[in-house]
Amino acid sequence: MEGLVSLAVKAVFIENLALSFFLGMCTFLAVSKKISTAMGLGISVMVVQALTVPANNLILTKLLAPGALAWAGFPDVDLTFLGLISYIGVIAALVQILEMVLDKYFPPLYNALGVYLPLITVNCAIMGGSLFMVERGYNFAESATYGLSSGFGWALAITAMAGVREKLKYSDIPDGLQGLGITFITAGLMAMAFMSFSGVKL
Amino acid sequence: MAQTYRSQLIDPLVDNNPITLQVLGICSALAVTSSMQVAFVMSLAVTLVTGFSSMFISMLRNQIPSSIRIIVQMVVIASLVILVDQVLKAYAYEISKTLSVFVGLIITNCIVMGRAEAFAMKNPPIASFIDGVGNGLGYGLLLMVVSVIRELFGSGSLWGVTILETVNNGGWYVPNGLLLLPPSAFFVIGLIIWAVRTWKPEQVEEREYKIQTVEGH
Repeated sequence: MEGLVSLAVKAVFIENLALSFFLGMCTFLAVSKKISTAMGLGISVMVVQALTVPANNLILTKLLAPGALAWAGFPDVDLTFLGLISYIGVIAALVQILEMVLDKYFPPLYNALGVYLPLITVNCAIMGGSLFMVERGYNFAESATYGLSSGFGWALAITAMAGVREKLKYSDIPDGLQGLGITFITAGLMAMAFMSFSGVKL
Repeated sequence: MAQTYRSQLIDPLVDNNPITLQVLGICSALAVTSSMQVAFVMSLAVTLVTGFSSMFISMLRNQIPSSIRIIVQMVVIASLVILVDQVLKAYAYEISKTLSVFVGLIITNCIVMGRAEAFAMKNPPIASFIDGVGNGLGYGLLLMVVSVIRELFGSGSLWGVTILETVNNGGWYVPNGLLLLPPSAFFVIGLIIWAVRTWKPEQVEEREYKIQTVEGH
């Protein structure tokens, strides 16, 4: 249990997907102009991340890993090379299912988050979360924790970024730096701030 | 055809660079720029994947039903990335370890998807291939510039060869450790964008609010 808590803290602050691994940058820069939309997107990412990382963990351990197909009578088969294509398939399918479920049973939530869901399939943070899970060899409980907390970290980062940008639009910025340039520099400053969490242990 | 192949290849380098202007593919780019070698392998991989995926998708473009086109594109791209990943693991294991998850993340690299969707679905295979390669090179160019700055000033070397002898090894250069950390990549790219837009003022974005000077002051 302690291990899981410290894993969660690490995933939210120290190894923040957006600010220390640069994942999901395209959407991070494009959709961070208003706090409300940024928060909507952040929550969608968190939900999808919390579902896909454990799902991909199951796929890896039950179907792809060397010897995982022993139950079907193929103890020597190693399908890990199919990993990338299966993970992206799972992500695309889950996003689609989530969209349909929300549309059917939770229309208000669908209206709020619906527009962001298609964007999420190509969000590198989601794919990155699954790949980190594979690389670091998390078990099921760890991957569930990691999925939820890394998604939360990403949501936190984009919401904070949107807060900064809402104020920033009133300031006098040199012409060439306007827009994208100053956004990068702001993100750099935020990344530095998040780095000061490194070394925090629970 | 209005655009020649040559301008298709050159345009994305500066005038229409995927990173500084189209805001695509930043996701997996920045983390691999702390050393030149790694950045070079990454740009090569992305250029190959973008080029070939655009070509194949363009070949299939009349057969793909539009409702499932994203999934078809994903499958094409993912297969190419698996190919690149396996080749890297076989022939450049060290570098593939350093790149870790970022090779896999080429799948979700917005450049690949963006070019497939915006260009390859409407144009013949050869033109799409050249457009893909051009955008890959534009991405690679920026990656190389950033990595030269970060490696030279961060660890005093280029391509792993020492240029500025660091203090630790008895030289004179005090390396700037910040350049090896993630935040510096944001600063370097921000400054590059500033430089490019000062050079090409037509790329400057519109302000949302203008600061007015009041009469009589």
